[in-house]
Amino acid sequence: MAAEKAEIDALKKECDGLRTKIEAARKAVNDSTMTDAAGGVDTVGRVQLKLRKTLKGHLAKIYAMHWAADSRQMVSASQDGKLLIWDTFTGNKLIAVPLKSAWVMSVAFAPSGNLVASGGLDNICTVYNIKSASPKTLRELDAHTGYLSCCRFLSDSEILTASGDTTCCLWDLETGKQKIIFTNHIGDCMSLALSPDGNTFISGACDSLAKLWDLREGTCKQTFSGHTSDINAISFFPSGNAVITGSDDCSCKMYDLRADQEVTGYQDTSLNAGVTSLALSNSGRLIFAGYDDFNCHIWDTLKGEKVGVLSGHDNRVSCTGVPEDGMGVCTGSWDSFLKLWN
Amino acid sequence: MTINTMDKGGWHRQQMSCFRKMEKLIVAMQDPDMGIKMRNQRLLITVIPHAMTGRDVIDWLIQKYRMCEEEALHLGGMLVRYGYIYPLKEPRSLVLRADETPYRFQTPYFWTSTRWPASEIDYAIYLAKKNIRKQGELMEYEKERYSLLHKRINHTWDFVVMQAREQLRASKQRRKADRIVLECQEQAYWLINRPQPGAHNILDVGLERPNNFSSRVTLNSDYYKSEIEACRRALGRNRVKSSICLEGFVKFSEQYQNHDPIMQGCLPSNPWISDDSAHWTMNAEMVPTPTRLRVERWSFSFRELLNDVMGRREFMTYLEKEFSAENLCFWQACENIRHGESSRIVEKVEEVYKAFLAPGAARWVNIDSKTMAHTLEGLKHPHRFVMDAAQMHIYFLMKKDSYPRYLKSDLYKNMLARAIVPQETKKSVFPFMRRQRHSSPSPAQAFTQVLEEDGRAQAGTNAAGSHV
Repeated sequence: MAAEKAEIDALKKECDGLRTKIEAARKAVNDSTMTDAAGGVDTVGRVQLKLRKTLKGHLAKIYAMHWAADSRQMVSASQDGKLLIWDTFTGNKLIAVPLKSAWVMSVAFAPSGNLVASGGLDNICTVYNIKSASPKTLRELDAHTGYLSCCRFLSDSEILTASGDTTCCLWDLETGKQKIIFTNHIGDCMSLALSPDGNTFISGACDSLAKLWDLREGTCKQTFSGHTSDINAISFFPSGNAVITGSDDCSCKMYDLRADQEVTGYQDTSLNAGVTSLALSNSGRLIFAGYDDFNCHIWDTLKGEKVGVLSGHDNRVSCTGVPEDGMGVCTGSWDSFLKLWN
Repeated sequence: MTINTMDKGGWHRQQMSCFRKMEKLIVAMQDPDMGIKMRNQRLLITVIPHAMTGRDVIDWLIQKYRMCEEEALHLGGMLVRYGYIYPLKEPRSLVLRADETPYRFQTPYFWTSTRWPASEIDYAIYLAKKNIRKQGELMEYEKERYSLLHKRINHTWDFVVMQAREQLRASKQRRKADRIVLECQEQAYWLINRPQPGAHNILDVGLERPNNFSSRVTLNSDYYKSEIEACRRALGRNRVKSSICLEGFVKFSEQYQNHDPIMQGCLPSNPWISDDSAHWTMNAEMVPTPTRLRVERWSFSFRELLNDVMGRREFMTYLEKEFSAENLCFWQACENIRHGESSRIVEKVEEVYKAFLAPGAARWVNIDSKTMAHTLEGLKHPHRFVMDAAQMHIYFLMKKDSYPRYLKSDLYKNMLARAIVPQETKKSVFPFMRRQRHSSPSPAQAFTQVLEEDGRAQAGTNAAGSHV
């Protein structure tokens, strides 16, 4: 026993030593701050977005939403046990998908628009074909040993899932089998996002780390630390060169992939609610972050300042999303409503 | 994604700030000079002092904050749902009615934030009192909870019963009106903190997330060994100077600012605002003439060009002129393999090999010998990514060579010149409602000022005309 412990301690020491060296290497390239780099940029002033539409239809808390690639349809998931597919332009509900398990935590729209997926405390990611006469279950992806926190389609044949069992997984939808399991996190994976070029993805977990993974090799390429609590939300900067995270520690952070380190933090002493979700505007200039304080706060990515707020929900903002065409932002809340703003 | 662990005190932290805001409002409402004018309310035969009607609450909010009725109803409703104001007549109906329905302010002693978290013992005492006062007065769900509590905190049950009796005895000595008030307040408190099954639970913090690291990943020697490997790899990675990276972000945001509808608006109009889907029609995947912004984006990066179906088609036309279209065809075929169905991979790889890589192939692509050898080796066991190296080679070839020349070509320049710049159209109903987005208006806005003025002038003459 003692020998084992001694070995682990020695390994841990070596590990810590390497981590210190990595920090030093990062510091060595850190020759500027975002404040300096963005010094010449105009401020955005006060960003005041108006509420354009409120989508009513769910009967319980909304936990997740995802835009379709056409920037017009959107799917939302609620603990009333339904997925609703909306035409956000008209405000109509197009399709209702009844769920086997009401404890849903995540939902995704396939880029083709043919499929949606959802999952939650049932540990299963269920994929539905919504183009058939009535929504049909296409696949039940059942291999995770923890809850499903997030899912994203790569295409109609592949889907990525993040789970409370600390792993992320790439599935083949034709066979319904796992293709690659991404293990490295030591806490529940809460969120994932695909890179714009489709070669990598990032995940945020309860171990307060964000990790970049290679979709082909299945390995963790980079790890980012700095948060002091669970990372709930994660997204790529539209250029694909940075990662934005939102955490229970009430802050958001931006990590640069090429410099391999944190570049800016977004926090405010008046904000003492955890970040639940986030989305970026198309130019990457604005971050829309949903918080537990019932609001969605808007940050200027480059200046690091809070520039606006979207108020109107009666309960926690659980999900945020900007469609591909960047027309506006949608917030979903535990108050069972989805609101569209721009 | 929103699940919270209870033990971190997270709920406490953020709900508290919301409660503080509501409490400020409540205190203002009770201000003797500027607050709501209270009156006595008759409840059956008893008169309850210091009560108000739902209408009073709404009117006060409207007047004090200059808000509309809808918002006042919304805000007042929140105060009722969070227990700061409670209804006298139907205690279980936690809604604010904008009529003569009587309400009362909850005493600070019973504010949720004051007595957080509501303790099990207190709840047990409350249920015990109800039980003793009137046998069988407990509702079904209360009976269930009572017996559950009895099991769970059995060791302190004597204390519970004793406290209940003591509190009942003390209340008997109060005036009837006071007693009723206290009972109402206490009941209101418990309706919020231990809601009826099926009732909306505002204190719900969501799905429990068991955050137990040690039970999931054992931090043993294997774990550390792989961590050390990862760290060694990470140490060796190439890191780019921050200054260069940061400048990249700034440049990107600036370049895309005009393409960001939230930042700069969009032409002809934002469908969400104008209820006109013209923008989507103009920017559909395939249109006879694309918009200018879209064609501009093709020059931002090679990826932007390839991501756009029309852009790819244009680029293909250009490559055909240059007799290098097979490169793009090959690239597209590889994408097809990468993202297509698993069952067809072997078949597709065969096809691609025959068409592009085999000696004497009709559309032979020029890849270096090393990559070719590597690819041929991989073809023995075809898989989704077997063409990656070759595809990457061709991608960079196009990016470094053909793409820059395409951007300088007449084909592109003509497309850019022909591209549509949509005219701005707005909702014609309220032309004077201009929203100041931020200091630097988009060029479209300057144009609209003129339209606006014209519009108003028009309206003026129309109005004048209609009076004739």
